Amino acid sequence: MRVARAPFQFFAAATLIRITGQRAHTLTDLLENIRNCTDASVFNHTFQSLQQHHFLTEGFSNDFAQWALAACNEPRLAERLASLDIRHYAYLAALRTDLVNTLETYLLDVPDAAQRKAFEPFYFCEAVTVAVPTPWQAKTLAEFCEGLHHVSIHTVHYHFVAARLREPLTVNDFSFWFEESLGLKDLGDRIDLIDIYTNTLEGVRQHILEEATPWLAA
Amino acid sequence: MASSLTTPTASSGGKIASLEDYFSVVGPSEVEEIHALANRLAGRSVKMVNSTAVGGGVAEILNRLVPLLSDVGLSCEWSVITGGNDFFEVTKAFHNALHGAPYDAPSQAFELFLSYNEQNLRHQSFDADFVVIHDPQPVGLIKARKSSPPHWVWRCHIDVSNPNSLVWDFLMQFVPRYDAVLISSPNFTRPLPIPQYLFFPCIDPLSQKNQELEADFIRKTLEQFSIDPKRPILTQVSRFDRLKDPVGVIQAYKLARKYKDCQLVLAGGGAADDPEGGQVLSEARAAAGDDPDIHILELPPWSALEINALQRASTIIIQKSLREGFGLTVTEALWKKKPVVASAVGGIPLQVIHKLTGVLAHSVEGTAYQIRFLLSNPSIAVRLGENGHEHVRENFLITSNLKRYLLLFLTLSGAV
Repeated sequence: MRVARAPFQFFAAATLIRITGQRAHTLTDLLENIRNCTDASVFNHTFQSLQQHHFLTEGFSNDFAQWALAACNEPRLAERLASLDIRHYAYLAALRTDLVNTLETYLLDVPDAAQRKAFEPFYFCEAVTVAVPTPWQAKTLAEFCEGLHHVSIHTVHYHFVAARLREPLTVNDFSFWFEESLGLKDLGDRIDLIDIYTNTLEGVRQHILEEATPWLAA
Repeated sequence: MASSLTTPTASSGGKIASLEDYFSVVGPSEVEEIHALANRLAGRSVKMVNSTAVGGGVAEILNRLVPLLSDVGLSCEWSVITGGNDFFEVTKAFHNALHGAPYDAPSQAFELFLSYNEQNLRHQSFDADFVVIHDPQPVGLIKARKSSPPHWVWRCHIDVSNPNSLVWDFLMQFVPRYDAVLISSPNFTRPLPIPQYLFFPCIDPLSQKNQELEADFIRKTLEQFSIDPKRPILTQVSRFDRLKDPVGVIQAYKLARKYKDCQLVLAGGGAADDPEGGQVLSEARAAAGDDPDIHILELPPWSALEINALQRASTIIIQKSLREGFGLTVTEALWKKKPVVASAVGGIPLQVIHKLTGVLAHSVEGTAYQIRFLLSNPSIAVRLGENGHEHVRENFLITSNLKRYLLLFLTLSGAV
């Protein structure tokens, strides 16, 4: 069995939510606030909300899309905002730019929607994430699978979703470790294709374990 | 009256709570994660201060939270301020005023408030690493703070978004001196010069109100109240209070009943010791008329198991409040995997994400429609209930609350 050049350390990650005081009552407000809010706010309402609602496989991709649908009754805008796939962003600034562009384009198309008062305000919040090492560490693929089986969903999110914003950018921690430390690039590539929007995070965990199983003998 | 701080014994049902007790509810990984966070704070001390040892949601939470913080390696003390009836009359008036009720506060009220806070802080030391002051009653204890750490936070359980300005301005001499404010919902906040963190209220899955029950107990409870177990049951659990709109619930039931057979249970207390509660109860009874399928149950405060059974036996849980705090009865229902039809007020939309973890309604007619919809689509009702349960597991359990406090302490102390 292959022994990794460097062990994989599973981290426990937990998030405290800070209320920023920024709020939107209309889509124009939302646009203005997305332009001005902190990166931690963009992270909270996109990457983090995916974890907060990890048990849902439909109808929830980010808070902005959900608000556009539920509070503003703008399903077309909601779909466009929901289609922004966080896996494609190495930097929150780029994600913010696309959110802004999507809103600007929509409000040009549908100017009547700009000042219509939402049913309830959107409250901007920031994610304050704390990550600490768990007792789970892996030197082989078998140990990795055992660790992944045991760790929490928050750990899966931290390594598989949020990791894309950490160096090395746009890559999840698992795929990076498979390639760099175990020499299993193909496995890493296959895992990176798992869809975080149509699976629950528990589903993601199961898919990774299923993908890894045939490689255990390698 | 002399005033001092007392330390209640934090326990539950005679047994001190341990994190391991929650192993079967939240799973080993969650327990492990909490320990991993707590290890960074081992030996640090926490002091929780509130104004009552028994009764009310805050005491209920502290009763569990304090032993859990101790269990994971922190030294946690819980103190209760004391005061005379005059003090608690003033703080009750403050409480209502902070909710927006009109209050022509006499200057003596503020003097009395300050005087009792002074007395309480003279009788106690505040040298814990983290001091958490709950609600406005003890907010003035911040005067005991020294210039360097320990860290002080104010846990405000009240919706202060639209307060009586006289009372709020008075509190503002204290609040900015804290390191942070912990608040239950983003829509409960006020602009403040210090950080505000989101701390959801929580339920204890092991309490009598939420624990799993034997099917036989549920059956006997229905029998006790002459409720037919074979037909759909709609239930609202709430005090008999106009803001819970029991008459509106009855109207919604009557509209839904034209299309789908069902029974209605309105279960709650608050009528015996509250003149308005008695009147609301009478109004509900009048609205129910002689419909044998409407069960209005006035339950005593020690009916946690019966409430639990009624919720578990229900087909749909309703919470048609006109105004609401966080709405922990909704949390309880979601935890029991029940489809919920609720008003979009207070903290309810945080819990009921429309069509994902329940359904929101904005009127009697809307409530009736959603009831019909769920009774006609049981598979959707089941899915909403399952999602609601997971939503509570992730966000609104006592273990999530414990984790939030650990995160807060780590963040405040720069230990991460």
